[in-house]
Amino acid sequence: MKINKFFLGGAFILAAVVYLIASSTQANAEYFLTVDELNAEGASAVGKSLRLSGAVIADTIQYDAATLTLTFEIAHVSGDNKEIEAQGGLAEVLYQAVNDPSRQRIRVVYVGPKPDLLRGEAQAIMTGKLGEDGIFHAEELLLKCPTRYEEAVPEQASNN
Amino acid sequence: MFAEFGYGVLLVSFIVAIYSGVAAVYGAVNKSAPLVESARRAMLLTFPLISIAAAALIYLLVTNRYEVAFVYEVTSRSMPTYLKITAWWGGQAGSLVFWSWLLAVFTSAVTLRKWDRDIEFLPWVIMVSAITLTFFLGMSIFFENPFARFWLVDGNVLPSMFAPANATVFTPQDGQGLNPLLRHPGMVIHPPMLYLGFVSFVIPYAFAMAALITGRTDDRWIRITRRWSLWAWLFLSFGLVLGGRWAYDVLGWGGYWGWDPVEIAAFMPWLTGTAFLHSVMIQEKRGLLKHWNMILVILTYALVIFGTFLTRSGVLSSVHAFANSPIGPFFMGFVTLTLVASVALVIWRWPILRSETEMKSMLSREALFLLNNLLFMSILVVCFWGVIFPLISELFTGAKVTVGPPFYERATAPLFSSLLFLMAVAPLSAWGHSTLQTLGKAIWKSTVAALVVTVAFYFTYTQNIGALVGFFLIALVLFATVHEFWRGTRARQKAQGENFLTALSRLMERNRRRYGGYIIHISMALMAIGILGIEIFQKETQGTLAAGEQLNIAGYTVEYRELASWDNQGEGVNYTRAVVDVYENGIYLGQLNPRIDYYFDSQQNMTIPGQRSTLRDDLYILLVDWQPVSTIGATFKIYVNPLVNWLWIGSLLFLAGVIFAAWPDRDPSEEPARRSVARDSRQPSAAD
Repeated sequence: MKINKFFLGGAFILAAVVYLIASSTQANAEYFLTVDELNAEGASAVGKSLRLSGAVIADTIQYDAATLTLTFEIAHVSGDNKEIEAQGGLAEVLYQAVNDPSRQRIRVVYVGPKPDLLRGEAQAIMTGKLGEDGIFHAEELLLKCPTRYEEAVPEQASNN
Repeated sequence: MFAEFGYGVLLVSFIVAIYSGVAAVYGAVNKSAPLVESARRAMLLTFPLISIAAAALIYLLVTNRYEVAFVYEVTSRSMPTYLKITAWWGGQAGSLVFWSWLLAVFTSAVTLRKWDRDIEFLPWVIMVSAITLTFFLGMSIFFENPFARFWLVDGNVLPSMFAPANATVFTPQDGQGLNPLLRHPGMVIHPPMLYLGFVSFVIPYAFAMAALITGRTDDRWIRITRRWSLWAWLFLSFGLVLGGRWAYDVLGWGGYWGWDPVEIAAFMPWLTGTAFLHSVMIQEKRGLLKHWNMILVILTYALVIFGTFLTRSGVLSSVHAFANSPIGPFFMGFVTLTLVASVALVIWRWPILRSETEMKSMLSREALFLLNNLLFMSILVVCFWGVIFPLISELFTGAKVTVGPPFYERATAPLFSSLLFLMAVAPLSAWGHSTLQTLGKAIWKSTVAALVVTVAFYFTYTQNIGALVGFFLIALVLFATVHEFWRGTRARQKAQGENFLTALSRLMERNRRRYGGYIIHISMALMAIGILGIEIFQKETQGTLAAGEQLNIAGYTVEYRELASWDNQGEGVNYTRAVVDVYENGIYLGQLNPRIDYYFDSQQNMTIPGQRSTLRDDLYILLVDWQPVSTIGATFKIYVNPLVNWLWIGSLLFLAGVIFAAWPDRDPSEEPARRSVARDSRQPSAAD
């Protein structure tokens, strides 16, 4: 009897937590895509909540301060960490991505203050939606500049 | 010279740590007191040894020895000396040494305590600490060596500890320097605070393992480590808050917490640690939940190592992640091994961890504590699910799917609300048995008061249902907790004939843990006010202004005056600073100076908001852009963050509460908690 009481209470809480997790996951899941994958999906991806990452191309960055509208293009970067490692690390992969004109690219629009870390060869990780215009409308923009954090070999090396 | 020396000392401490662990186990198994004593002294020796290695590293950092790869990565000539010292934990290799050093500090402190009553724990505590220390030192020595130097071999530069054949040392002119975003006082203290919290949870875990191995599974290990756990919890909490404050001050997105995987990685041990702090009380008072406490302390330890690992593995995409590193798999292996070994110990000792009494009433204090534990674990499960969901979904569906902040907010909001409710109710319930009637009697006044406050809020502040529920719960916690102080003090006044203040201070002093806990509850309610405020009521606006033009938001008027830009060559920074006047309903309040710092060496901007903070709201102004040629126009983004100050006020009160609770009693042998309510209803355990 006593055990039942506690057991019921516990089961109720468990069910509630499972429901919370399941429903919240469903409501808020974002598909993590690379530029290639997004372009492959094309129109079927329009309107879905997505998480997109790619390498920022320096000379496409435009900022209209009056409307706080930031636009830039990103180039495809693999989403697989092992692959990135195999190709010499994130910094190297980003460098190659922006300097390879054959890579797929996509245009991004973001409204808000220009992030401090935004620059060429940064990795942009964004959440947002693909518009019907084929432009990715980012709601959230994270940037990672791997070279700023760790780099094993100094640049002077190439001069020697 | 210093690099080789430092590395050598590190190597010696590695060997000493191994010796200490082996000697401790051997001594315990063969009942050789001298051997255990030798293990203890060896453990004590690791502290000065690692300190010397750390001193060598700091010397290299402050003297610009850029031939050392780590020094090159984290410092540059333009950095002030104090930042060069704190760069010790600014990069991966150094932070691992820092971890080891902290662990050596704590284990030394713990081996110096009086062991007479629990000498059988000593060798096993040493063993667990030694294994952990050996692991971290090993990572430093074999994989992430902070003393490795650059060598020039055939025109290529290689980082290596030992000179390759035909190599000369290569010394770069200047280092890369610390990311300017990290050059902030909050960022200087935030990592070590988190680490302090992380590392000090090793000690309760070590005692728990010792209790399992020796079979002395009464609450002795809990009593010994109670203060350790509290301090660990304090540091961890403070580290989390500092991180939030840093984000608020520096990152310029008007927020403090982004549910980033690494933030969550630091938050998860906090959740289990908090659950642990509560549930050990049930074991002390009622002899219940012994299995559960073991599992909690093991989980906390595992999550601490897991958290250290998450930031380094590159498994998750996060702004916090260091570059990928070979040590990821070793961390995973270490977590798995210790987890399996600890759980095996618990299963082995399962029979003697049985509860001494039964839980009877659903509304008893112990049942409500258990519920609190379940809620904390539920939040943990939500967090864990969110963190590993991308990995799971990729494994099963092939598509990488992530969940963002809305997931966490939605899934945890009901859980946090339930915790608030429990925080109000649980302290009023009695050990052993409570009924709805007794509880209702204790809480009805507070409920009425909280309802009155909520109605007042409805008419004056907001009609948002979620916010009103939140405010009601917060008010309930505040009233119920303050009422507890009031009741206790009045009772004491009557019994002892003291005046109110004497009675209050004596009451609190005699029950440090209980009233410290209540202070913490109040602080949590205050922090909840701030979180509600910024989450629900944040307002923002933006615009480009010419000098003399204004922007209006939430009763504030912001008028742009002027802009100045200048270089500081010594620090390698360009400052662009705007001057704006702030008015509220036409009354001049003062000037704010949002600015952008541009660091030449790292080519990076840093946006410093202009902030005006009051108890009602924060005005938070960001300078977004300006016209470089003429300084006529500048663009601003302005946030109004209502009530957010209560988050920081609550944090300070929280610190006070934990320190009050953890402060040593005047006479440690007379522990007031033991004399209280439940003594008689509890069967004495065999070892007590």
